[in-house]
Amino acid sequence: MRILTGAVMAALLSTSGAFADPVDDNLVLNEETEMVVRTAAPDHVSEALDEVMSGWLFRGTETRAMQMDDFDNPGMIFVEQGMDTWSKVDGSEGKSCASCHNDIDSMAGVKATYPKWNEAAGEVRTLQMQVNDCRTERMGAEAWKYDSGTAINMEAALASVSRGVPVNVAIDGPAQSTWEKGKEMYYTRTGQLELSCANCHEDSYGMMIRADHLSQGQINGFPVYRLKNTKLNGSHSRFKGCIRDTRAETYSPGSPEFVALELYVASRGNGLSVEGPSVRN
Amino acid sequence: MRISVITAITAGVVASGAFAQEVAPTDVSYTEGAVEQSLTGVAGDPANGRIIVGDKGQGNCVACHMVTDLAEEVPFHGEIGPMLDGAGERWSEAELRGIVANAKIMFEDSMMPSFYKTEGFVRPGNAYTGKAADETFGPLLSAQQIEDVVAYLATLKE
Ligand code: HEC
Ligand code: HEC
Repeated sequence: MRILTGAVMAALLSTSGAFADPVDDNLVLNEETEMVVRTAAPDHVSEALDEVMSGWLFRGTETRAMQMDDFDNPGMIFVEQGMDTWSKVDGSEGKSCASCHNDIDSMAGVKATYPKWNEAAGEVRTLQMQVNDCRTERMGAEAWKYDSGTAINMEAALASVSRGVPVNVAIDGPAQSTWEKGKEMYYTRTGQLELSCANCHEDSYGMMIRADHLSQGQINGFPVYRLKNTKLNGSHSRFKGCIRDTRAETYSPGSPEFVALELYVASRGNGLSVEGPSVRN
Repeated sequence: MRISVITAITAGVVASGAFAQEVAPTDVSYTEGAVEQSLTGVAGDPANGRIIVGDKGQGNCVACHMVTDLAEEVPFHGEIGPMLDGAGERWSEAELRGIVANAKIMFEDSMMPSFYKTEGFVRPGNAYTGKAADETFGPLLSAQQIEDVVAYLATLKE
């Protein structure tokens, strides 16, 4: 009985899964920059996945098109706001980001390596944490609230100058214990629905869950502009939403748990291009 | 909605005079994943079960399962689990009750949520608020809702 039903299920699953596969498409930004939206899984996830794929491949034709051209990408408006902030003086020291770092192009490639171990602080830091450290320690300015509009716009500006650069976060050395913690979170089934990140984004990507087409839940495209709330969204806010949807008690953006989860999820996308700001529904 | 469900249960209880028969989530007895005994002693209502299966705020079973019988009224059925068409032929009533109450006993590590369970969760929340569970925490579906869903599934013949 059980075996027979298993066979029936397998047949049903394999036939129904077929039509929601990710699209076979290439992302060329502004008809110029070739983006890697699909590549061999990095070693540390090769047991679970053969290929890693950008969330872009799981979105509809129009949403994908919006991201292909900066004039059509609504996220670029926020990038410009971040760029303005880059050269705006703030805080007691009379400095802007540009005072120390010159043009924001000097940050090309940086986003691809975050979250990253900071030796002096003895902790793994996300890009937003690093920006806040510059603000409080070097500018004498106030830290921005995690995932707030200003913080996200700056993260998007920093991401935009790294677009096309392959994500390459380090998971060994002193970052390893944080990475392990993030990995454990990824596989823990939380909430009353008892679902883990892996249940949806590793075991079921490509399938529909009600009206949503499940992607691999990669964060190479963050911050993402969502058509649903017409603003840029940070990865921690996305994590929070996904965990809430398991009917669980979530964590807060900027919490040590989400820093660890960000490092782990980012590492699953090592090799994919930095895409932020990407466009999603 | 909750109120009307409770009223319905009470009405059933009054009619059958069988209050003591409601089995608490922690007292359900599973035999190889199946549950022989009705959770309420009141026959399930397949029409209400049909609503629960399609309703986002109740069972939301269509989030993961396609059901041809609901295709017209309820848009967007998921495909995480097998299609439920014919479930009433593949499984006995006791097996269906066990699957809906706690599918993880029939199918080890199943992704399917346990609809009649109140213990053993990691960071249980207060519904979809993202906050911690409080004293209002209860199973995803009431005992009678489970019976209604089972009665509906039993009608799904191919
Ligand atoms: C109940 C299913 C479910 C669970 C569990 C879940 N997610 Fe998601 N997640 C979704 C859906 C649906 C979307 C929107 C469609 C998509 O991009 O996959 C999404 C989107 C995302 C995205 C955005 C991807 C992009 O390209 O824009 C990220 C990142 C993400 N999830 C990470 C996570 C992490 C990390 C966890 C665990 C803490 C998690 N998710 C748990 C359902 C889930
Ligand atoms: C998050 C996904 C999910 C939800 C929600 C869900 N199920 Fe399932 N269900 C599954 C999966 C996956 C299986 C396959 C069993 C396994 O895990 O191998 C399954 C199996 C079943 C089966 C046996 C399969 C068969 O032969 O037809 C029945 C019956 C069933 N589910 C009914 C329900 C009902 C009724 C609800 C809502 C009250 C529901 N499910 C909600 C994922 C889900």
